[in-house]
Amino acid sequence: MAVVDTEFLEDPISEAGKGYWAGVGSRLMRDPVTMVCFAILLLLILAAILAPYLGLSDPYTGSMIKRLAPIGTEGHILGTDEQGRDMLARLIYGGRLTLFIGLTPVVFAFFIGGTLGIIAGYAGGWLNTVIMRTVDVFFAFPSVLLAIAISGALGAGVFNSLVSLTIVFIPPITRVAEAVTSGVRGLDYIDAARASGASTLTVIRVHVIGNVLSPIFVYATSLTSVCMILAAGLSFLGIGVRPPEPEWGLMLNTLRSAIYVNPWLAALPGLMIFITSLCLNMLSDGVRSAMNVRD
Amino acid sequence: MSETKFLNEPLDDKGGPAQPLLIVRNLKKFFPVRGGILGGKKAMVQAVDGISFKVKKGETLGIVGESGCGKSTTARLLIGLIEKDKGEIIFDGQDLGGALPLRELRRGVQMVFQDSYASLNPRLTIEASIAFGARVQGLSDPVGRARKLMERVGLAPDRFAQRYPHEVSGGQRQRINIARALAMSPRLVVLDEAVSALDKSVEAQVLNLLADLRREFGLTYIFISHDLNVVRYISDRILVMYLGEVVEIAPVDDIWNFQAHPYTRSLFSAMPSMDPDNRTKEPPLAGDPPNPINPPSGCRFHTRCRFAETVCSAKAPTLRSLSGGSEHLAACHLHDLGSGHSKAGKELAP
Repeated sequence: MAVVDTEFLEDPISEAGKGYWAGVGSRLMRDPVTMVCFAILLLLILAAILAPYLGLSDPYTGSMIKRLAPIGTEGHILGTDEQGRDMLARLIYGGRLTLFIGLTPVVFAFFIGGTLGIIAGYAGGWLNTVIMRTVDVFFAFPSVLLAIAISGALGAGVFNSLVSLTIVFIPPITRVAEAVTSGVRGLDYIDAARASGASTLTVIRVHVIGNVLSPIFVYATSLTSVCMILAAGLSFLGIGVRPPEPEWGLMLNTLRSAIYVNPWLAALPGLMIFITSLCLNMLSDGVRSAMNVRD
Repeated sequence: MSETKFLNEPLDDKGGPAQPLLIVRNLKKFFPVRGGILGGKKAMVQAVDGISFKVKKGETLGIVGESGCGKSTTARLLIGLIEKDKGEIIFDGQDLGGALPLRELRRGVQMVFQDSYASLNPRLTIEASIAFGARVQGLSDPVGRARKLMERVGLAPDRFAQRYPHEVSGGQRQRINIARALAMSPRLVVLDEAVSALDKSVEAQVLNLLADLRREFGLTYIFISHDLNVVRYISDRILVMYLGEVVEIAPVDDIWNFQAHPYTRSLFSAMPSMDPDNRTKEPPLAGDPPNPINPPSGCRFHTRCRFAETVCSAKAPTLRSLSGGSEHLAACHLHDLGSGHSKAGKELAP
C-alpha cells in the first residue's frame, strides 16, 4: 500500500539535527580571518570595559612639561597628547565612549528599521508606499550631512549624537528589511501558512522573521563601522563628545595641530578607528557567509 | 491503517453525500494593471472570467489548459488566498463569506504547490513545518500527527523529522508538502501542478501515494496540471480552461474518446503519441493565446479556431450538455443547433 522509498537507505551522514545556529558556529570557527577580527574586537571591548583595572595612568590629568612626548617615552609607551595626558590610557578609555556611540545607534536602528521594513514588505500596498516614500526622503541627504544637520539642531552632547545617528541609520536598514521581506513574502510557504489559517502575526513570527533576520543583521553589522566613523566625525567637528572626555574622533581633532610636530602620535586615534571598523567589516562578511545555509 | 485513522478528524459532513463538496458559480477575478505617473488603473486582466463547476464528494476533478489560462488563479481563489471579485464559492452547502467564514474554509481546503522547495520554510525542520498548520488550527497533538503523517507518506520520522528542506530530495519534499496539507484533515485538497516538477519515476510514486491517500482519508481532489496523461490517470472528470473560461467539462473516459471543443481537440492532438504509426492528425494550434486584458469578443477561441465563423466572434457560446442529460458539457456553437453556425451538428459531431 505505502510507496516504498529507498532513497533514505543510502543517505550520507549529514548535519541533520544539529540545528541551524550550531552549524553557523562551526563554520565561523573554521574561518581564521573572521576569528582573528573577532579576537581583536573582543580585546578592544574588554580593554575598554576593564580600563580602570589595567593600572593605567589617569586619562584626565596631564603635565605641562611632558606635552607631546613621542611614542616610546619612559612611562608613556604611546607618548602623551597636547596637554601631556597619557595616550595609552586615553586610547583605551576612549574606546568606551567610541564603541558605545558606534554600536548603540545601530542596535536601535536595527530594531526600529527592521520592524518598519518587515511591516512594509509584508503588508505591501499603501502601507508600503507610505513607509518607503517617507524613508526615501532621508535618502535625499548624504548620511554625514544628515547626521551633522540633526546633531546641529539638537545641540552637542553624547545623547543627541546617539539620537541623530539612530535616525541616520533607520532608512538604510528599513530599505534592506523591506527588500528582503517582500522577496520572502512572495514565496509559496508564506501562502501555505496563510492557507492553513494562521494569523498575520503568527505568519510573520514563525515564517518571515527567521528568514529575513540574518541579511538584515549582517547589513546592520556592516553599518557599525560607518557609525563609528560618523560618530568620530561628529566629535571631530565639535558637535559630539565634548572635551576633556577621551573619544577617538575628538582626540583626532585635538591632535590635529600636532601633526607637523609628532605625526605618528596624531595618527594613533585614527589607527584605532581604522582597525576597529576594518575588523567589524571583516567580521560581518564572515558572518554573512557562515549564515548562508546552501553553499 | 488504524494508526492513521486518528489523523482523520475532518469537519462534519454537513450536506450529506448528495451535496457536491464544492460548487463554484460564475466566479470572476480581475487583476488591475497599474501604470502611468499616479499608478492609476489602466486596464484589467480578466484572469478568471465567470467560471462555474461542481466537485462531487470523493471525486477528483482535473483542470487542464495552457499557461496563463487561469488555472492557478482559480486554485488560489478556492483556498481563499486571493479574494474573488464576483461569484459564489459554496463549500459543502455553505457559502464562503456568508455561512462559511474564511478560517473554516481553510480548515477544510488545503493546497499543494508546484515548487516543493519554495513551499517549505527553509528555517523550519520538516516536523515543525508539518505540525505548524495543525497547531494553528488547535488540533490535538500536532507533533504526533506530523510524525504519523510522515510515516504515512513514506518518510521515516526518526530519520527525517529534524531535517531541513534543503537536506532532502525533490520527491521527498513534495511528500512533505502533501503531509503538511493533510495535517489539518482537510476534505478538499487542491493540487496545483503538484507533480509537474518531479521526474517521471518519482511522479508515478507520488501519484500512487495521492490515490491511496484519497481512498484512505476520503479526500476530494482538484488536480491542476498541463500533463494530460497524468490528469487522465488520477482524475474522474476533466475541466478544460481557455483564457479564464471553462470550455469543456466531461468524465475522463468520455473526453478521451471524444473531444467536443476545438480547443480541447488541439490540446489532445498536441499530446505526443507513443505509437509511431499513429501520428498527429490535427494541425497544431498556431500562435499564443490572446491577451487577457482585452480578450476576443464572442467565443474567446475564435481567433485560433479553424471552424470560426462570424457567429463565433459575435456571440459567446454557453456551456451546454452535448445531448440530453449527458455529463459531457462544452461551450461551442458547433454543438448548438440553434446557434446559426453553418457547420453546427455536422463538424466534430460525436
